[in-house]
Amino acid sequence: MSQVSAVPVAGAPSVPTIPFGQLAPWALFFGLLGTLVLFFVSTDQGAVSLLAGTAIHEWVHDGRHLLGYPCH
Amino acid sequence: MTARAFLIRGLIAGLVAGIATFFVAYSVGEPHVETAIALEESGTAAEEAPTDASHDHGDEAAGGHSHTHSHSHGDEGEDTEVSRDSQRTWGLLTGSLAVGLALGGIVALVAAGTIGRMGRLQPGQSTALITLLGFVAFALVPFLKYPANPPAVGSGDTIGDRTALYFGFVVVSVLTAVAATYVALRLRNRLGTYGGVVAGAAGYLAVMVVAGQLFATVNEVGDFPADTLWFFRRASLFTLATMWGVIGVVLTGLVGRLYAAQTERAQRRALAASL
Repeated sequence: MSQVSAVPVAGAPSVPTIPFGQLAPWALFFGLLGTLVLFFVSTDQGAVSLLAGTAIHEWVHDGRHLLGYPCH
Repeated sequence: MTARAFLIRGLIAGLVAGIATFFVAYSVGEPHVETAIALEESGTAAEEAPTDASHDHGDEAAGGHSHTHSHSHGDEGEDTEVSRDSQRTWGLLTGSLAVGLALGGIVALVAAGTIGRMGRLQPGQSTALITLLGFVAFALVPFLKYPANPPAVGSGDTIGDRTALYFGFVVVSVLTAVAATYVALRLRNRLGTYGGVVAGAAGYLAVMVVAGQLFATVNEVGDFPADTLWFFRRASLFTLATMWGVIGVVLTGLVGRLYAAQTERAQRRALAASL
């Protein structure tokens, strides 16, 4: 919490922003990780298979249907 | 207000949302999944078993409703069978939690990038708005074009096309929403908040209506019972709304508290400095 960017003015503090440069590594890392997780739950071993077999597809099968991703 | 603080709060919101989503999906959605699978196995469903027998209906004698798909690529690797009991409990929980955590973290980082950059909105307000836009662009509008289908609807032969169409539409929707939000914020300076928001929303709507016309329609419902289809799709929409709604409520609350605590500290420091 030491990297507060905006210097608040006494009385009416302006809304702080987070510099994009500071945000970029987090966004890149978690963006990739999150996309990968979404891919494995929604698509893997369906239209595209990164991992062989059907274990992931079968395990998350109901979630895939109910969260609205194309299945079968 | 750091990226790290937002990510942690997003993961907490995602965890809570994943748990809530599981309970909603289990209680509202699973009965219709079971109905659909029963229809599929009794052979009355629209999609008859493909000629290449790509649907393996499992050992019905042993497991009752063992619902497995080997698809056409089933010969590439060994098939793993997961019992229906596991699929509708731990499997559903796994999927809900994974999607909740991923979406919660991503939404939080987007919200982190927008605080202080959306007009005069406070951090909690812009976070709530980002989550709402995420629900509309990532879940609701794609659902309107390509609604969720229960088991037994959808041919294994078209999964490639359907997946490409679905995610293509999602990408168009999300990119359009990002652009529309940016345009709305820029136009706000000239037209005011009302004009900017109306222009941005109308732009998103116009692009998505055109995209909806251009993207191919998928209809593999056949003579699958309309009531079961509607119940399943409604349950799926409830599931998605729960996911995004809980992420929005929890994350907005946490970000609001974070900002309030920071504001209070800053004011105390300013007061101390003025003495």
